[in-house]
Amino acid sequence: MTKITHNKKPIRVSDLADHAILIAGALLMLFPVYLAFTTTSHDNITLAREGLQFGFGDQMGANFYAAMFEKGGFSEQIDGTSMLLNSLILGIGFAFGKIVLSMAAAYAIVYFRLRFATFAFWVIFTTILLPLEVRILPSYEVVTGLGMANTYTGLIVPLLASATGTFFFRQFFLSVPEELVEAARIDGAGPGKFFIDILVPLSRTMIAAIFIIMFVYGWNQYLWPTLITTDESLFTLVRGIKQITQSIYEGNDIPEYGQAWALAIIAMLPPVLIVIFFQSWFVKGLVESEK
Amino acid sequence: MATVSVTDISKTYPNGAQAVHPASFDIADGELIVLVGPSGCGKSTLLRMVAGLEDITTGDLRIGDRVVNNLDPAERDIAMVFQNYALYPHMSVAKNMAYGLKNRGATKDQIAAKVDEAAKMLSLTPLLDRRPSQLSGGQRQRVAMGRAIVRDPALFLFDEPLSNLDAKLRHQMRVEIRNLQRRLNVTAMYVTHDQVEAMTMADRIFVLNAGKIEQIGTPSEIYRTPASTFVASFMGAPPMNLVSAKGVGRQVLIGDSAISHPCADGDVTLGIRPEQVTLSDTGTIPFKLTLVEELGASRLLHGKIAGQDFVVNTPNDDAALADDLLLDFGLDALHLFDALTGQRL
Repeated sequence: MTKITHNKKPIRVSDLADHAILIAGALLMLFPVYLAFTTTSHDNITLAREGLQFGFGDQMGANFYAAMFEKGGFSEQIDGTSMLLNSLILGIGFAFGKIVLSMAAAYAIVYFRLRFATFAFWVIFTTILLPLEVRILPSYEVVTGLGMANTYTGLIVPLLASATGTFFFRQFFLSVPEELVEAARIDGAGPGKFFIDILVPLSRTMIAAIFIIMFVYGWNQYLWPTLITTDESLFTLVRGIKQITQSIYEGNDIPEYGQAWALAIIAMLPPVLIVIFFQSWFVKGLVESEK
Repeated sequence: MATVSVTDISKTYPNGAQAVHPASFDIADGELIVLVGPSGCGKSTLLRMVAGLEDITTGDLRIGDRVVNNLDPAERDIAMVFQNYALYPHMSVAKNMAYGLKNRGATKDQIAAKVDEAAKMLSLTPLLDRRPSQLSGGQRQRVAMGRAIVRDPALFLFDEPLSNLDAKLRHQMRVEIRNLQRRLNVTAMYVTHDQVEAMTMADRIFVLNAGKIEQIGTPSEIYRTPASTFVASFMGAPPMNLVSAKGVGRQVLIGDSAISHPCADGDVTLGIRPEQVTLSDTGTIPFKLTLVEELGASRLLHGKIAGQDFVVNTPNDDAALADDLLLDFGLDALHLFDALTGQRL
């Protein structure tokens, strides 16, 4: 093995400018996060009186403890831990369900001689024009009509159909060489076996990329959970933060700002972790594919 | 190991395009058939029909003594090697070879034994744990062949298996495939557009053109007695010279020069291979030289006789060449074709 040595290049002005812009951007993004950390380390009274805090106080541990383990909300039956769990169930269920559904749809569209496959695909694709916000009343009507209000099923299932996922998988499947299907047919793999043994493993990086996008999307859902869950034990983190700060309008207590900030930080963590953890897969899935 | 028997098989696409015109032929046990022709002549379609990857519009296809028209590819007892290898990229070499056996419900021991044997035969043993992306083109091609071998199929199908390899490797793999096929004594159909592959590998060659089989014959039959101008110009490198000529009395006239050769009166196409023409001071046909291609052992002289393009292949004796030369045709090497239909006379 020969070692490749890099000659030291002189630093160019344009490089400096590039980095200055990147650093400025990073600071701009990170500062609110820093602010969240500092603010959550003060007690509620200070926060109510003085607003955002730029320095660290001594209440961080207490606020986090309260946020995670103290029962809160109107009916005093939910704490941060169960909200975190609810959010995870929503995020994972959402991402998993979307992937299964859109892979199956794309598989049917690409690999089977359906008479209206292209038409079906475009119908699915146009649902991008009908996001949840547009159809929220009929969706609510249907879900409550099926008795799925205040259930995990009601929370997850109505959001599962994904034109984006179907589109991505369709494009990917179209790029898988035809000969692979034929080789598998000769090797005696039927449609089911081909899907499980060949197509799913080939789509690994694609699945990972879509999982990340969909998990974050599901995790950040606010409108739909607000509408469909009135039972506080089903509250998600994103929803719970709102609930805590809301008491300012309802009662005479000082709102638990410190806890709200602590919850906000916790709500931020899983998406960040998942992106960091899956980053290499994510990039691979979106830019290249192993075929 | 099996015979293949094809009766009036044809393929018409739903849009009415006829890819393969009705064809009938038999393939003997252990024979290697090469289907050769230009792109779009229907050779791959024909092979894929035998494989079961394309529906058969009419006719019967028998492998062994079964009519297999309506059987799935997996039930036809065939194995196929594809141009792009079609290896499963996420499986190791061993798993690639084992996949077909696994789907057929073979036991682990049987699979291991088969894969081992095939790997030894193809010197793939040290590579069994590698992924296809870690292999060279030639190695991938061998894995694709291993995948076919482990199944002990009645019929091997090759779809332009060497066209993605470089020239040297192609030569080596050609010999390897031929040896393997002989050793396993398995019937094989091999599609290629490369006439050298066809000549060197085939027991019999099927020359296809525009969906029709133009000629079936051994390599030497195809070379020596091409059935039409198409076969004559397709097989052989450089291709056979074809010049329009006239039969008059017992002579063939090319421009002003006459060759005495039995021929019916009228327009004909005269064919002669470049290597069967000699330069001679006493020659009868004037040749105007325009370009010389050096090939080392021999050289190709491009030029014109009676205003028509003509190529001569002569041994390279480093002699300087004049622009105007005289040619001698070997009389038993002349081919005469109907000027209109291109059929051999």
